[in-house]
Amino acid sequence: MARTLKLRIWRGDDKTGGLQDVTVEANHGEVVLDIIHRVQATQMGDLAVRWNCKAGKCGSCSMEINGKPRLACMTQVAAYPEDEVITITPLRAFPVIKDLVTDVSFNYKKAMEIPSLEMPAGMKPGEPRMQQVDVERSQEFRKCIECFLCQNTCHVIRDHEENKKSFAGPRFFIRIAELDMHPLDMLRNRKKTAQEEHGLGLCNITKCCTEVCPEHIKITDNAIIPMKERVADEKYDPIRWLGSKIRRREDVL
Amino acid sequence: MATGVFSQGRAKISERTLRTDKWWIQPLITVAVLFSFIVYATWRALENAHYYAEPLISPFYSPCLSTTCVEGSSLLGTPFGHILIFGMVLSPAFIILIFPLGFRMTCYYYRKAYFRSFWMSPPACAVAEPHAKYTGETKAPLIVNNGHRYFFYIGLVFNTLLTIDAFLAFKNPQGQWGHMSIGTVVLLLNATFLWGYSASCHSCRHAIGGRLRHFSKHPFRYKAWTIVSRLNQKHQNFAWVSLIWVAFSDFFVRMVSLHPTWNKYFF
Repeated sequence: MARTLKLRIWRGDDKTGGLQDVTVEANHGEVVLDIIHRVQATQMGDLAVRWNCKAGKCGSCSMEINGKPRLACMTQVAAYPEDEVITITPLRAFPVIKDLVTDVSFNYKKAMEIPSLEMPAGMKPGEPRMQQVDVERSQEFRKCIECFLCQNTCHVIRDHEENKKSFAGPRFFIRIAELDMHPLDMLRNRKKTAQEEHGLGLCNITKCCTEVCPEHIKITDNAIIPMKERVADEKYDPIRWLGSKIRRREDVL
Repeated sequence: MATGVFSQGRAKISERTLRTDKWWIQPLITVAVLFSFIVYATWRALENAHYYAEPLISPFYSPCLSTTCVEGSSLLGTPFGHILIFGMVLSPAFIILIFPLGFRMTCYYYRKAYFRSFWMSPPACAVAEPHAKYTGETKAPLIVNNGHRYFFYIGLVFNTLLTIDAFLAFKNPQGQWGHMSIGTVVLLLNATFLWGYSASCHSCRHAIGGRLRHFSKHPFRYKAWTIVSRLNQKHQNFAWVSLIWVAFSDFFVRMVSLHPTWNKYFF
Protein backbone atom coordinates (compact mmCIF):
# COMPACT_ATOMS: atom_id res chain seq x y z
CA MET A 1 0.00 0.00 0.00
CA ALA A 2 1.37 3.37 -0.96
CA ARG A 3 -0.28 5.64 1.56
CA THR A 4 -2.82 5.88 4.33
CA LEU A 5 -5.81 8.05 3.53
CA LYS A 6 -8.04 9.87 5.96
CA LEU A 7 -11.58 10.24 4.64
CA ARG A 8 -14.80 11.80 5.80
CA ILE A 9 -17.72 10.09 4.10
CA TRP A 10 -21.25 11.39 4.38
CA ARG A 11 -23.65 8.70 5.50
CA GLY A 12 -27.36 8.99 6.04
CA ASP A 13 -30.66 9.39 4.24
CA ASP A 14 -33.16 12.13 3.44
CA LYS A 15 -34.00 12.60 7.13
CA THR A 16 -30.67 12.57 8.89
CA GLY A 17 -26.99 11.96 8.34
CA GLY A 18 -23.47 13.21 8.85
CA LEU A 19 -19.81 12.83 8.00
CA GLN A 20 -18.05 9.75 9.33
CA ASP A 21 -14.28 9.47 9.67
CA VAL A 22 -12.56 6.55 7.99
CA THR A 23 -8.91 5.61 7.60
CA VAL A 24 -8.04 3.39 4.65
CA GLU A 25 -5.02 2.30 2.65
CA ALA A 26 -4.57 3.48 -0.95
CA ASN A 27 -2.38 2.12 -3.76
CA HIS A 28 -0.47 4.03 -6.41
CA GLY A 29 -2.69 5.08 -9.28
CA GLU A 30 -5.98 4.52 -7.53
CA VAL A 31 -8.97 6.76 -7.93
CA VAL A 32 -11.46 7.85 -5.28
CA LEU A 33 -13.99 5.24 -6.45
CA ASP A 34 -11.40 2.50 -5.75
CA ILE A 35 -11.05 3.81 -2.22
CA ILE A 36 -14.81 3.92 -1.70
CA HIS A 37 -15.01 0.30 -2.84
CA ARG A 38 -12.25 -0.63 -0.38
CA VAL A 39 -14.11 1.10 2.44
CA GLN A 40 -17.27 -0.70 1.36
CA ALA A 41 -15.47 -4.07 1.33
CA THR A 42 -13.61 -3.68 4.61
CA GLN A 43 -15.37 -1.23 6.91
CA MET A 44 -18.81 -0.13 5.76
CA GLY A 45 -20.52 -3.04 4.09
CA ASP A 46 -23.78 -1.16 3.66
CA LEU A 47 -22.28 2.03 2.17
CA ALA A 48 -24.44 3.00 -0.80
CA VAL A 49 -22.67 4.29 -3.91
CA ARG A 50 -23.83 4.41 -7.52
CA TRP A 51 -21.25 3.37 -10.10
CA ASN A 52 -20.97 1.40 -13.29
CA CYS A 53 -18.21 1.74 -15.89
CA LYS A 54 -15.27 3.08 -13.83
CA ALA A 55 -14.04 4.72 -17.02
CA GLY A 56 -15.64 8.16 -16.96
CA LYS A 57 -18.22 7.25 -19.58
CA CYS A 58 -21.38 6.22 -17.76
CA GLY A 59 -21.77 9.25 -15.52
CA SER A 60 -22.95 7.21 -12.55
CA CYS A 61 -20.37 7.96 -9.84
CA SER A 62 -21.04 11.72 -9.60
CA MET A 63 -20.42 13.01 -6.09
CA GLU A 64 -18.70 15.88 -4.33
CA ILE A 65 -15.08 15.43 -3.32
CA ASN A 66 -13.72 18.14 -1.06
CA GLY A 67 -16.74 20.19 -2.02
CA LYS A 68 -16.19 19.96 -5.78
CA PRO A 69 -18.63 18.09 -8.04
CA ARG A 70 -16.62 15.32 -9.70
CA LEU A 71 -16.71 11.79 -11.06
CA ALA A 72 -15.18 9.55 -8.37
CA CYS A 73 -13.77 7.24 -11.04
CA MET A 74 -11.85 10.08 -12.68
CA THR A 75 -10.44 11.62 -9.52
CA GLN A 76 -6.92 10.46 -8.73
CA VAL A 77 -6.11 10.03 -5.06
CA ALA A 78 -2.60 11.28 -5.83
CA ALA A 79 -4.08 14.70 -6.65
CA TYR A 80 -4.58 15.31 -2.93
CA PRO A 81 -1.70 16.05 -0.52
CA GLU A 82 -0.80 13.21 1.86
CA ASP A 83 -1.92 15.12 4.94
CA GLU A 84 -5.26 16.25 3.47
CA VAL A 85 -8.48 14.74 4.72
CA ILE A 86 -10.68 13.93 1.73
CA THR A 87 -14.35 14.71 2.28
CA ILE A 88 -16.83 12.78 0.15
CA THR A 89 -20.50 13.74 0.03
CA PRO A 90 -23.44 13.07 -2.27
CA LEU A 91 -24.49 15.68 -4.83
CA ARG A 92 -25.96 18.59 -2.89
CA ALA A 93 -28.47 19.83 -5.46
CA PHE A 94 -30.64 16.70 -5.40
CA PRO A 95 -32.51 14.79 -2.69
CA VAL A 96 -30.39 12.11 -1.07
CA ILE A 97 -31.61 8.49 -1.09
CA LYS A 98 -28.87 6.86 0.96
CA ASP A 99 -25.25 7.76 1.64
CA LEU A 100 -23.65 8.82 -1.67
CA VAL A 101 -26.68 8.05 -3.82
CA THR A 102 -29.03 10.86 -4.80
CA ASP A 103 -32.36 10.97 -6.57
CA VAL A 104 -31.64 12.56 -9.95
CA SER A 105 -35.11 11.97 -11.40
CA PHE A 106 -35.52 15.75 -11.72
CA ASN A 107 -33.28 15.48 -14.78
CA TYR A 108 -35.32 12.74 -16.43
CA LYS A 109 -38.50 14.76 -15.98
CA LYS A 110 -36.82 17.75 -17.62
CA ALA A 111 -35.57 15.53 -20.47
CA MET A 112 -39.14 14.45 -21.21
CA GLU A 113 -40.25 18.07 -21.55
CA ILE A 114 -38.01 18.66 -24.57
CA PRO A 115 -39.51 17.57 -27.90
CA SER A 116 -37.29 15.31 -30.01
CA LEU A 117 -35.87 16.11 -33.44
CA GLU A 118 -38.68 16.83 -35.89
CA MET A 119 -37.63 15.70 -39.34
CA PRO A 120 -39.00 17.27 -42.56
CA ALA A 121 -42.31 15.76 -43.63
CA GLY A 122 -41.90 12.70 -45.79
CA MET A 123 -38.25 12.13 -44.95
CA LYS A 124 -37.63 8.57 -43.87
CA PRO A 125 -34.96 7.31 -41.47
CA GLY A 126 -31.72 6.71 -43.35
CA GLU A 127 -32.48 9.29 -46.04
CA PRO A 128 -30.91 12.44 -44.52
CA ARG A 129 -27.48 13.35 -45.85
CA MET A 130 -25.66 16.21 -44.15
CA GLN A 131 -22.23 17.71 -44.46
CA GLN A 132 -19.84 17.51 -41.54
CA VAL A 133 -19.75 21.29 -41.04
CA ASP A 134 -23.51 21.27 -40.55
CA VAL A 135 -23.52 18.74 -37.73
CA GLU A 136 -20.24 19.26 -35.92
CA ARG A 137 -21.60 21.88 -33.53
CA SER A 138 -24.30 19.45 -32.40
CA GLN A 139 -21.80 16.60 -32.16
CA GLU A 140 -19.93 18.34 -29.36
CA PHE A 141 -23.09 18.20 -27.26
CA ARG A 142 -23.56 14.49 -28.00
CA LYS A 143 -20.48 13.81 -25.88
CA CYS A 144 -22.62 14.40 -22.80
CA ILE A 145 -22.58 11.34 -20.50
CA GLU A 146 -25.43 12.65 -18.33
CA CYS A 147 -23.43 12.65 -15.12
CA PHE A 148 -25.49 15.72 -14.11
CA LEU A 149 -22.49 17.43 -12.52
CA CYS A 150 -23.45 20.56 -14.44
CA GLN A 151 -26.99 20.35 -13.11
CA ASN A 152 -25.65 19.82 -9.61
CA THR A 153 -23.28 22.77 -9.64
CA CYS A 154 -25.63 25.25 -11.33
CA HIS A 155 -26.52 27.73 -8.59
CA VAL A 156 -29.92 28.46 -10.13
CA ILE A 157 -31.24 25.19 -8.72
CA ARG A 158 -28.49 24.22 -6.30
CA ASP A 159 -29.10 27.37 -4.25
CA HIS A 160 -32.79 27.88 -5.09
CA GLU A 161 -34.96 24.80 -4.82
CA GLU A 162 -37.98 26.81 -5.96
CA ASN A 163 -36.41 27.33 -9.40
CA LYS A 164 -36.54 23.63 -10.22
CA LYS A 165 -40.06 24.05 -11.54
CA SER A 166 -39.05 26.57 -14.17
CA PHE A 167 -35.43 25.76 -14.98
CA ALA A 168 -34.24 22.86 -17.11
CA GLY A 169 -30.52 23.34 -16.40
CA PRO A 170 -27.36 23.34 -18.49
CA ARG A 171 -27.55 19.70 -19.53
CA PHE A 172 -30.86 20.39 -21.24
CA PHE A 173 -29.80 23.71 -22.69
CA ILE A 174 -27.18 21.81 -24.66
CA ARG A 175 -29.92 19.43 -25.77
CA ILE A 176 -32.08 22.34 -26.92
CA ALA A 177 -29.09 23.98 -28.62
CA GLU A 178 -28.20 20.70 -30.33
CA LEU A 179 -31.70 20.49 -31.81
CA ASP A 180 -32.05 24.19 -32.65
CA MET A 181 -28.72 24.10 -34.51
CA HIS A 182 -29.64 20.89 -36.32
CA PRO A 183 -30.08 21.62 -40.04
CA LEU A 184 -33.03 19.28 -40.43
CA ASP A 185 -34.99 20.08 -37.29
CA MET A 186 -38.34 21.54 -38.30
CA LEU A 187 -39.58 22.58 -34.88
CA ARG A 188 -39.33 26.34 -34.95
CA ASN A 189 -40.37 27.27 -31.42
CA ARG A 190 -37.34 25.95 -29.56
CA LYS A 191 -35.99 29.45 -28.84
CA LYS A 192 -39.32 30.60 -27.47
CA THR A 193 -39.76 27.55 -25.24
CA ALA A 194 -36.11 27.69 -24.12
CA GLN A 195 -36.76 31.14 -22.72
CA GLU A 196 -40.34 30.83 -21.55
CA GLU A 197 -40.61 27.21 -20.42
CA HIS A 198 -37.10 25.99 -19.73
CA GLY A 199 -35.77 29.09 -17.93
CA LEU A 200 -32.86 30.06 -20.17
CA GLY A 201 -33.19 33.63 -18.88
CA LEU A 202 -32.36 32.49 -15.36
CA CYS A 203 -28.82 31.58 -16.39
CA ASN A 204 -26.38 34.38 -15.57
CA ILE A 205 -23.37 32.91 -17.39
CA THR A 206 -21.21 32.12 -14.38
CA LYS A 207 -19.81 29.11 -16.26
CA CYS A 208 -19.72 26.62 -13.38
CA CYS A 209 -21.37 24.03 -15.63
CA THR A 210 -18.46 24.29 -18.05
CA GLU A 211 -15.92 24.10 -15.22
CA VAL A 212 -17.20 20.79 -13.90
CA CYS A 213 -18.00 19.03 -17.18
CA PRO A 214 -15.85 15.85 -17.33
CA GLU A 215 -16.30 15.74 -21.11
CA HIS A 216 -15.01 19.31 -21.44
CA ILE A 217 -18.07 20.41 -23.37
CA LYS A 218 -18.07 24.19 -23.70
CA ILE A 219 -21.59 24.34 -22.34
CA THR A 220 -21.75 28.08 -21.80
CA ASP A 221 -19.82 29.37 -24.80
CA ASN A 222 -21.12 26.90 -27.37
CA ALA A 223 -24.66 26.18 -26.20
CA ILE A 224 -26.10 28.58 -23.62
CA ILE A 225 -24.74 31.85 -25.01
CA PRO A 226 -25.59 30.96 -28.65
CA MET A 227 -29.11 30.06 -27.47
CA LYS A 228 -29.38 33.35 -25.56
CA GLU A 229 -28.33 35.16 -28.75
CA ARG A 230 -30.91 33.21 -30.77
CA VAL A 231 -33.56 34.13 -28.22
CA ALA A 232 -32.43 37.76 -28.44
CA ASP A 233 -32.93 37.57 -32.24
CA GLU A 234 -36.60 36.81 -31.70
CA LYS A 235 -37.44 38.47 -28.42
CA TYR A 236 -35.07 41.32 -27.59
CA ASP A 237 -33.89 42.63 -30.96
CA PRO A 238 -36.70 44.56 -32.67
CA ILE A 239 -34.65 45.28 -35.78
CA ARG A 240 -33.71 41.66 -36.25
CA TRP A 241 -37.26 40.54 -35.52
CA LEU A 242 -38.65 42.96 -38.10
CA GLY A 243 -36.09 41.84 -40.66
CA SER A 244 -37.02 38.20 -40.16
CA LYS A 245 -40.71 39.02 -40.69
CA ILE A 246 -40.07 40.96 -43.89
CA ARG A 247 -37.54 38.62 -45.46
CA ARG A 248 -38.68 35.35 -43.84
CA ARG A 249 -35.11 34.14 -43.64
CA GLU A 250 -35.55 31.43 -41.04
CA ASP A 251 -35.83 28.66 -43.62
CA VAL A 252 -32.66 29.54 -45.48
CA LEU A 253 -30.49 30.04 -42.41
CA MET B 1 -37.92 27.95 5.13
CA ALA B 2 -34.57 26.46 4.23
CA THR B 3 -33.72 26.46 0.56
CA GLY B 4 -30.72 25.70 -1.61
CA VAL B 5 -28.24 23.18 -0.23
CA PHE B 6 -30.16 23.21 3.05
CA SER B 7 -33.47 22.21 1.42
CA GLN B 8 -35.52 19.40 2.83
CA GLY B 9 -34.47 16.04 1.47
CA ARG B 10 -30.94 17.00 0.55
CA ALA B 11 -27.94 15.64 2.45
CA LYS B 12 -27.80 17.25 5.89
CA ILE B 13 -24.55 19.19 5.78
CA SER B 14 -24.23 22.37 7.79
CA GLU B 15 -21.40 23.99 5.78
CA ARG B 16 -22.24 26.24 2.83
CA THR B 17 -19.33 24.65 1.00
CA LEU B 18 -16.84 21.92 1.70
CA ARG B 19 -14.28 23.23 -0.76
CA THR B 20 -10.80 23.26 0.73
CA ASP B 21 -9.03 25.18 -2.02
CA LYS B 22 -8.68 28.98 -2.00
CA TRP B 23 -11.82 29.56 -4.08
CA TRP B 24 -12.15 33.13 -2.78
CA ILE B 25 -8.91 34.37 -4.38
CA GLN B 26 -10.27 34.72 -7.91
CA PRO B 27 -13.34 36.79 -6.97
CA LEU B 28 -11.17 38.87 -4.66
CA ILE B 29 -8.73 39.72 -7.45
CA THR B 30 -11.63 40.50 -9.79
CA VAL B 31 -13.16 42.87 -7.25
CA ALA B 32 -9.82 44.55 -6.63
CA VAL B 33 -9.08 45.15 -10.32
CA LEU B 34 -12.60 46.18 -11.37
CA PHE B 35 -13.08 48.40 -8.33
CA SER B 36 -9.72 50.09 -8.95
CA PHE B 37 -10.71 50.69 -12.56
CA ILE B 38 -14.09 52.13 -11.58
CA VAL B 39 -12.51 54.48 -9.03
CA TYR B 40 -9.80 55.61 -11.46
CA ALA B 41 -12.21 56.07 -14.40
CA THR B 42 -14.68 58.03 -12.25
CA TRP B 43 -11.95 60.29 -10.89
CA ARG B 44 -10.58 60.91 -14.39
CA ALA B 45 -14.00 61.63 -15.81
CA LEU B 46 -14.69 64.08 -12.98
CA GLU B 47 -11.29 65.72 -13.34
CA ASN B 48 -12.27 67.09 -16.77
CA ALA B 49 -8.70 68.12 -17.54
CA HIS B 50 -5.38 66.78 -18.87
CA TYR B 51 -7.04 64.56 -21.44
CA TYR B 52 -5.50 66.09 -24.54
CA ALA B 53 -1.85 66.56 -25.35
CA GLU B 54 -1.70 67.20 -29.08
CA PRO B 55 -1.85 64.88 -30.96
CA LEU B 56 -2.80 62.43 -28.19
CA ILE B 57 -6.30 62.20 -26.74
CA SER B 58 -7.36 60.03 -23.85
CA PRO B 59 -9.73 57.18 -24.80
CA PHE B 60 -11.94 58.22 -21.87
CA TYR B 61 -12.69 61.51 -23.65
CA SER B 62 -12.76 60.47 -27.30
CA PRO B 63 -14.79 61.58 -29.17
CA CYS B 64 -14.93 64.84 -27.23
CA LEU B 65 -18.37 66.19 -28.04
CA SER B 66 -18.85 69.18 -25.75
CA THR B 67 -18.13 72.86 -26.28
CA THR B 68 -16.12 72.60 -23.08
CA CYS B 69 -13.60 70.33 -24.82
CA VAL B 70 -10.03 71.53 -25.15
CA GLU B 71 -9.39 73.17 -28.50
CA GLY B 72 -8.32 70.69 -31.15
CA SER B 73 -9.55 67.64 -29.24
CA SER B 74 -12.94 67.29 -30.96
CA LEU B 75 -12.85 64.86 -33.84
CA LEU B 76 -16.58 65.02 -34.59
CA GLY B 77 -17.43 68.59 -33.60
CA THR B 78 -19.11 69.76 -30.42
CA PRO B 79 -22.87 69.15 -30.56
CA PHE B 80 -23.21 69.35 -26.77
CA GLY B 81 -22.99 72.69 -25.02
CA HIS B 82 -22.31 73.50 -21.38
CA ILE B 83 -24.39 71.05 -19.41
CA LEU B 84 -24.65 71.89 -15.74
CA ILE B 85 -25.37 69.23 -13.14
CA PHE B 86 -25.65 70.39 -9.52
CA GLY B 87 -23.94 73.61 -10.59
CA MET B 88 -20.96 71.80 -12.07
CA VAL B 89 -20.06 71.59 -15.74
CA LEU B 90 -20.64 68.07 -17.00
CA SER B 91 -17.41 66.46 -18.05
CA PRO B 92 -17.46 65.44 -21.73
CA ALA B 93 -16.32 61.99 -20.61
CA PHE B 94 -19.73 61.33 -19.07
CA ILE B 95 -21.45 61.96 -22.41
CA ILE B 96 -19.71 58.98 -24.01
CA LEU B 97 -18.59 56.64 -21.23
CA ILE B 98 -22.04 55.06 -20.89
CA PHE B 99 -21.54 53.25 -24.21
CA PRO B 100 -18.25 51.41 -23.54
CA LEU B 101 -19.44 50.90 -19.96
CA GLY B 102 -22.68 49.35 -21.27
CA PHE B 103 -20.71 47.13 -23.64
CA ARG B 104 -18.65 45.76 -20.77
CA MET B 105 -21.52 45.55 -18.27
CA THR B 106 -23.56 43.40 -20.66
CA CYS B 107 -20.54 41.39 -21.89
CA TYR B 108 -20.93 37.63 -21.43
CA TYR B 109 -17.48 37.39 -19.85
CA TYR B 110 -17.90 40.32 -17.47
CA ARG B 111 -21.26 38.90 -16.42
CA LYS B 112 -19.43 35.90 -15.04
CA ALA B 113 -16.85 38.19 -13.42
CA TYR B 114 -19.23 40.54 -11.65
CA PHE B 115 -21.95 38.02 -10.82
CA ARG B 116 -19.34 35.92 -9.06
CA SER B 117 -17.21 38.56 -7.43
CA PHE B 118 -19.52 41.51 -6.71
CA TRP B 119 -22.93 39.89 -6.41
CA MET B 120 -21.68 36.50 -5.18
CA SER B 121 -24.25 34.71 -7.26
CA PRO B 122 -22.45 32.37 -6.73
CA PRO B 123 -19.04 33.49 -5.38
CA ALA B 124 -17.50 30.29 -6.79
CA CYS B 125 -18.72 26.97 -8.13
CA ALA B 126 -20.39 24.82 -5.46
CA VAL B 127 -20.17 27.63 -2.93
CA ALA B 128 -23.66 28.55 -1.77
CA GLU B 129 -24.71 32.09 -2.58
CA PRO B 130 -26.08 34.33 0.18
CA HIS B 131 -29.25 35.44 -1.65
CA ALA B 132 -32.63 34.05 -0.72
CA LYS B 133 -34.26 34.75 -4.10
CA TYR B 134 -32.93 34.63 -7.62
CA THR B 135 -34.56 35.68 -10.88
CA GLY B 136 -31.49 35.81 -13.11
CA GLU B 137 -31.74 37.87 -16.25
CA THR B 138 -35.50 37.68 -16.59
CA LYS B 139 -36.37 41.00 -14.93
CA ALA B 140 -35.19 44.62 -14.92
CA PRO B 141 -32.45 45.73 -14.74
CA LEU B 142 -30.57 42.56 -15.69
CA ILE B 143 -32.87 41.85 -18.62
CA VAL B 144 -30.93 44.65 -20.36
CA ASN B 145 -28.08 42.14 -20.70
CA ASN B 146 -30.07 40.62 -23.56
CA GLY B 147 -29.34 43.76 -25.57
CA HIS B 148 -25.59 43.18 -25.56
CA ARG B 149 -25.48 43.21 -29.35
CA TYR B 150 -26.53 46.86 -29.54
CA PHE B 151 -23.66 47.86 -27.27
CA PHE B 152 -21.41 45.73 -29.46
CA TYR B 153 -22.45 47.67 -32.56
CA ILE B 154 -21.93 51.00 -30.81
CA GLY B 155 -18.58 49.69 -29.58
CA LEU B 156 -17.51 49.24 -33.21
CA VAL B 157 -18.07 52.98 -33.78
CA PHE B 158 -15.89 53.77 -30.77
CA ASN B 159 -13.20 51.36 -31.97
CA THR B 160 -13.15 53.15 -35.31
CA LEU B 161 -12.82 56.56 -33.66
CA LEU B 162 -10.07 55.36 -31.33
CA THR B 163 -8.25 53.86 -34.31
CA ILE B 164 -8.43 57.25 -36.03
CA ASP B 165 -7.03 58.78 -32.82
CA ALA B 166 -4.13 56.31 -32.99
CA PHE B 167 -3.39 57.26 -36.60
CA LEU B 168 -3.58 60.96 -35.73
CA ALA B 169 -0.84 60.20 -33.22
CA PHE B 170 1.53 59.82 -36.19
CA LYS B 171 1.62 63.64 -36.14
CA ASN B 172 3.93 65.72 -34.02
CA PRO B 173 2.63 68.44 -31.66
CA GLN B 174 2.98 70.95 -34.51
CA GLY B 175 0.53 68.91 -36.60
CA GLN B 176 3.04 67.55 -39.11
CA TRP B 177 2.58 63.96 -40.32
CA GLY B 178 5.24 61.27 -40.42
CA HIS B 179 6.24 61.15 -36.76
CA MET B 180 5.92 58.42 -34.20
CA SER B 181 6.19 58.50 -30.44
CA ILE B 182 5.58 56.33 -27.40
CA GLY B 183 2.07 57.78 -27.38
CA THR B 184 1.51 56.47 -30.92
CA VAL B 185 2.39 52.95 -29.75
CA VAL B 186 0.20 53.29 -26.66
CA LEU B 187 -2.85 54.37 -28.68
CA LEU B 188 -2.22 51.80 -31.44
CA LEU B 189 -2.09 49.03 -28.85
CA ASN B 190 -5.23 50.43 -27.24
CA ALA B 191 -7.11 50.27 -30.54
CA THR B 192 -5.75 46.79 -31.28
CA PHE B 193 -6.84 45.38 -27.93
CA LEU B 194 -10.28 46.96 -28.27
CA TRP B 195 -10.72 45.48 -31.74
CA GLY B 196 -9.63 42.13 -30.31
CA TYR B 197 -12.17 42.47 -27.52
CA SER B 198 -14.96 43.32 -30.00
CA ALA B 199 -13.97 40.69 -32.57
CA SER B 200 -13.95 37.96 -29.91
CA CYS B 201 -17.35 39.04 -28.52
CA HIS B 202 -20.06 36.38 -28.33
CA SER B 203 -22.57 38.68 -30.07
CA CYS B 204 -20.05 39.18 -32.87
CA ARG B 205 -19.68 35.40 -33.15
CA HIS B 206 -23.45 35.07 -33.38
CA ALA B 207 -23.83 37.83 -35.97
CA ILE B 208 -20.98 36.52 -38.12
CA GLY B 209 -22.41 33.02 -38.41
CA GLY B 210 -23.63 31.65 -35.11
CA ARG B 211 -27.28 32.08 -36.03
CA LEU B 212 -26.95 29.89 -39.13
CA ARG B 213 -28.36 26.38 -39.23
CA HIS B 214 -26.67 25.36 -42.50
CA PHE B 215 -23.01 26.28 -42.49
CA SER B 216 -22.53 24.47 -45.80
CA LYS B 217 -24.82 26.96 -47.54
CA HIS B 218 -22.70 29.89 -46.32
CA PRO B 219 -19.03 28.90 -46.72
CA PHE B 220 -17.64 32.42 -46.27
CA ARG B 221 -19.66 33.09 -43.15
CA TYR B 222 -18.70 29.68 -41.85
CA LYS B 223 -15.00 30.46 -42.37
CA ALA B 224 -15.44 33.83 -40.64
CA TRP B 225 -17.33 32.10 -37.80
CA THR B 226 -14.47 29.64 -37.26
CA ILE B 227 -12.00 32.54 -37.03
CA VAL B 228 -14.19 34.49 -34.61
CA SER B 229 -14.76 31.27 -32.62
CA ARG B 230 -11.01 30.90 -32.15
CA LEU B 231 -10.79 34.52 -31.00
CA ASN B 232 -13.83 33.95 -28.79
CA GLN B 233 -11.87 31.43 -26.72
CA LYS B 234 -9.58 34.34 -25.75
CA HIS B 235 -12.41 36.76 -24.99
CA GLN B 236 -11.61 36.82 -21.29
CA ASN B 237 -7.97 37.73 -22.02
CA PHE B 238 -9.02 40.48 -24.42
CA ALA B 239 -11.51 41.75 -21.84
CA TRP B 240 -8.82 42.22 -19.20
CA VAL B 241 -5.98 43.45 -21.36
CA SER B 242 -8.18 45.98 -23.18
CA LEU B 243 -9.62 47.25 -19.88
CA ILE B 244 -6.24 47.71 -18.26
CA TRP B 245 -4.70 49.21 -21.38
CA VAL B 246 -7.47 51.75 -21.88
CA ALA B 247 -6.81 52.98 -18.32
CA PHE B 248 -3.08 53.00 -18.95
CA SER B 249 -3.59 54.95 -22.20
CA ASP B 250 -5.57 57.56 -20.32
CA PHE B 251 -2.90 57.68 -17.61
CA PHE B 252 -0.18 58.10 -20.23
CA VAL B 253 -2.02 60.95 -21.98
CA ARG B 254 -2.57 62.63 -18.63
CA MET B 255 1.11 62.43 -17.81
CA VAL B 256 2.09 63.73 -21.25
CA SER B 257 -0.36 66.58 -20.78
CA LEU B 258 1.42 67.49 -17.54
CA HIS B 259 4.96 66.62 -18.70
CA PRO B 260 5.22 66.84 -22.52
CA THR B 261 8.76 65.46 -22.49
CA TRP B 262 7.41 62.06 -21.41
CA ASN B 263 6.24 61.44 -24.96
CA LYS B 264 9.56 60.56 -26.57
CA TYR B 265 9.50 60.67 -30.38
CA PHE B 266 11.20 57.87 -32.29
CA PHE B 267 11.22 59.97 -35.47
